[in-house]
Amino acid sequence: MSSNLYDTVRFRLSGDCSLLVDCGEGIDPLVNRKVLSLSSRLRENPPRGVQNVVPAYRCFAVIYDPLRTNPVALKSEIISIENTKPDANPPEGEVVFIPVCYGGEFGPDIDFVSSVTGLKLEEIMEIHSSCEYPVYMIGFTPGFCYLGGMNERLRAPRRETPRLSIPAGSVGIAETQTGMYPVESPGGWQIIGKTPFRLFAPERENPFLYKAGDRIRFEPISSSEFRRLYEKERS
Amino acid sequence: MEIFTVKNPGALTTIQDLGRFGFLEMGVPRSGALDSFACRVANLLAGNPENRAVLEITITGPTLVAMAEAEIALTGAEMGMTVNSNPVGSWRTTRVQKGDIVRIPRASSGCRAYLAVNGGFDVPLVMKSRSTFVRADFGGLKGRGLVKGDLLKKGEDIVLPEPSRILPAQFIPEYRKEIVLRAIPGPQDNFFRNAADSFFTTRYEVTAQSDRMGCRLRGPLVEHDPGAPRSIITEPVTPGNIQIPADGQPIILLVEQTTGGYSKIATVITADMGGIAQAMPGSPVRFKRVSIEEAHRLYREDENRLQKIRKILR
Repeated sequence: MSSNLYDTVRFRLSGDCSLLVDCGEGIDPLVNRKVLSLSSRLRENPPRGVQNVVPAYRCFAVIYDPLRTNPVALKSEIISIENTKPDANPPEGEVVFIPVCYGGEFGPDIDFVSSVTGLKLEEIMEIHSSCEYPVYMIGFTPGFCYLGGMNERLRAPRRETPRLSIPAGSVGIAETQTGMYPVESPGGWQIIGKTPFRLFAPERENPFLYKAGDRIRFEPISSSEFRRLYEKERS
Repeated sequence: MEIFTVKNPGALTTIQDLGRFGFLEMGVPRSGALDSFACRVANLLAGNPENRAVLEITITGPTLVAMAEAEIALTGAEMGMTVNSNPVGSWRTTRVQKGDIVRIPRASSGCRAYLAVNGGFDVPLVMKSRSTFVRADFGGLKGRGLVKGDLLKKGEDIVLPEPSRILPAQFIPEYRKEIVLRAIPGPQDNFFRNAADSFFTTRYEVTAQSDRMGCRLRGPLVEHDPGAPRSIITEPVTPGNIQIPADGQPIILLVEQTTGGYSKIATVITADMGGIAQAMPGSPVRFKRVSIEEAHRLYREDENRLQKIRKILR
């Protein structure tokens, strides 16, 4: 059986302070699991000079201080961690519930998605909120998570002209992906709903609601429930 | 305590420190001073730890009215600063009195200047840093650049024993019109085997579309090899990555982006990142290939130079 997973990690230089560690090819749950488990082990026992470990889909970046280490030393330390059996199974990650009000003023593109998919609003809600989406990685903007696992029936193309501004909290679809906008930003995704939760709140003790390795579950709510939660989040 | 009122903010003046570290995996970029050497020296001159918040001033500077006595120091781009219309130099400490008018007109050499005040500019720490991240609306002063009428505060009152401290001339960087940036090939240099040689000999030009997220260049197209993918699976990026988007015009990533899906032909070394910060729109830029060992040697050389400056200004 062919696998996207590499037998052993491969390395690429990204400048003089960052080493990229590749675990496999493609967007593949197995490859991403290896990325998350190896990067979290590295973060728990950082080799000398390691300042930050940043996981992505198929690789992670090791940010280091060149006064204290170098890629040659790091490579051998990372391979030795890879070859050591972990003490315990990696933590499973948590299920994070995100309430979403679908359609109407909060989901201006839901009619478009309905016309492309042939699904009614209720069906879109039902399908979109009936599974857990793994958080593969976070990037693009603070708290923006790249999610896997969307049902193919919801597939819809990006907007031909991206919007200049999409409000924070918007939930959208682009091709086979779904995601949320934690901060107001431009974007081309089809917006199907909005969460009243603040997905990124820099002044909050924990500014984020989830991390890579968690799973997201959307919960449909009414517009009155949206308003109640929206006020509560901001009081 | 209140130290300045902003009479005129300048083109883009933001509060920055050395950056916001430890949140890359949550999509929060480093932010912070683009020219970290100039930020560190401004703080040292003002009698501060190197990571205190300073004003990062872009191309045209602010006019400030002092509300109390303070020590200030301007570093980085030469901006022709005056206090009550009297020219005061850069890379040295100046004492201002209540009511003094500090004018920072316009860059004549370099692009960004850094103004430090003794005690540091005082804004709340957000996620361990005072740096402004304008695109996500947080940090610094209300998550934005300065506007007319803003009141700037400073931290605890450090009174300097010596009011005029000067950085010796041999440590003051020279901002040339034509900039040479040394770069290490990768992380996607294997997509550009045909283009690499011309990339490292061609002259590019900094465009006015550049900002704190990326320095955008204009010049001959950088083409992907036949068969090389135009985009990649999104991966972490680092300041200095030279990404080649679909239009073939290079963008040097700076401090406001954590991940990206474009391929990167090479990465500017840390020692030359301050040089990008000081490049004016229209400046010619060339890239020079170096090895990682050479990059690390230059990194240590910069650290040694800073160590000498710390001793002199302590």
